[in-house]
Amino acid sequence: MPKYLLSVWSREGDPTPSNEEMQAMFADVGRFNEELHQEGVWVFAGGLHPADTATVVDGRGGDAVTTDGPFAESKEHMGGFWIVSAADLDAAIELARRGSLACRRPVEVRPFADDV
Amino acid sequence: MTVGLEPVERVFREEYGRVVAGLVRRFGDIDLAEEVTQEAFLEATRRWPESGVPPNPGAWLTTTARNRAIDRLRRESTRDARHRQAAMLDQFDEPPDAVSSIPDERLRLMFTCCHPALARDTQVALTLRLLGGLTVEEIAHALLVEEAAMAKRLTRAKAKIKAARIPYRVPPDHELPGRLAGVRATLYLVFNEGTCRPAPRPRSGSPCPPRPSARPGCWPGSCRTSRRCSVCWR
Repeated sequence: MPKYLLSVWSREGDPTPSNEEMQAMFADVGRFNEELHQEGVWVFAGGLHPADTATVVDGRGGDAVTTDGPFAESKEHMGGFWIVSAADLDAAIELARRGSLACRRPVEVRPFADDV
Repeated sequence: MTVGLEPVERVFREEYGRVVAGLVRRFGDIDLAEEVTQEAFLEATRRWPESGVPPNPGAWLTTTARNRAIDRLRRESTRDARHRQAAMLDQFDEPPDAVSSIPDERLRLMFTCCHPALARDTQVALTLRLLGGLTVEEIAHALLVEEAAMAKRLTRAKAKIKAARIPYRVPPDHELPGRLAGVRATLYLVFNEGTCRPAPRPRSGSPCPPRPSARPGCWPGSCRTSRRCSVCWR
């Protein structure tokens, strides 16, 4: 079964949710994750710490050259992702719709290039 | 009895989309379907002016194109090609495709070209190309885009359909209302471009076969869903 990466995106300047909103979001995402397990389409998922906790590693010279911060110097950041099994893009889009609703963010759907 | 090119052109307009759609269904590969359809039409321009248009031109074109596709796949030595060949050999004993008895094939292709995961201008270009049979040059001219940029757009669109697995089907009933609006919007733009802009003249001396154009009525009765549907233009 083909796999898709469903990544969650936000922009700097997006309003910060209140505690109640955060709790509601966690509950909805938790429920969605349960559903993914039950439907047999879960591969992996998780929320990420914010982009400024990231480190970029360039090992092309043999050594690890490290840079503080995310790779992309942009306002958009990935907050987390799901990896799911889906037969085709329509099925992946439907899962992304539900995930986007649960986490209150847009979700990008990317197909994996090879069987993973 | 020679018939000249005019009846051939008429058949092209009527049959191009149907032949491509049937081949996409059979081989699951839009690029392959397009290329062998072009080859079959080229063959027709060579033979029909002298021998006359065959009684079932759509079936002739489909059979010719399908045979080209099979030859091509045989020449490829990849594992995927051998698997496809094996699948096709299963189908060899079926009666030849009666093109007119598969009315939904172009519908499937239309919904694929108009999939919401593709941008509207990409949907329009893809529909003009695969169902209307326009050349890249004609589409670029109609949409006021550079030919190289249009070629890239079409290549990217077909690559996305393949990589992301945009399914080749008429959407299920519960999705139809939402999807139909997008198809109508794209077809509206397609017909506007087809009727409002004259096609470029082929450069003199170029032996290009006649191309079907996206004039209203070039897809007669193409939408056969049982629901009332304003996609039908005839």
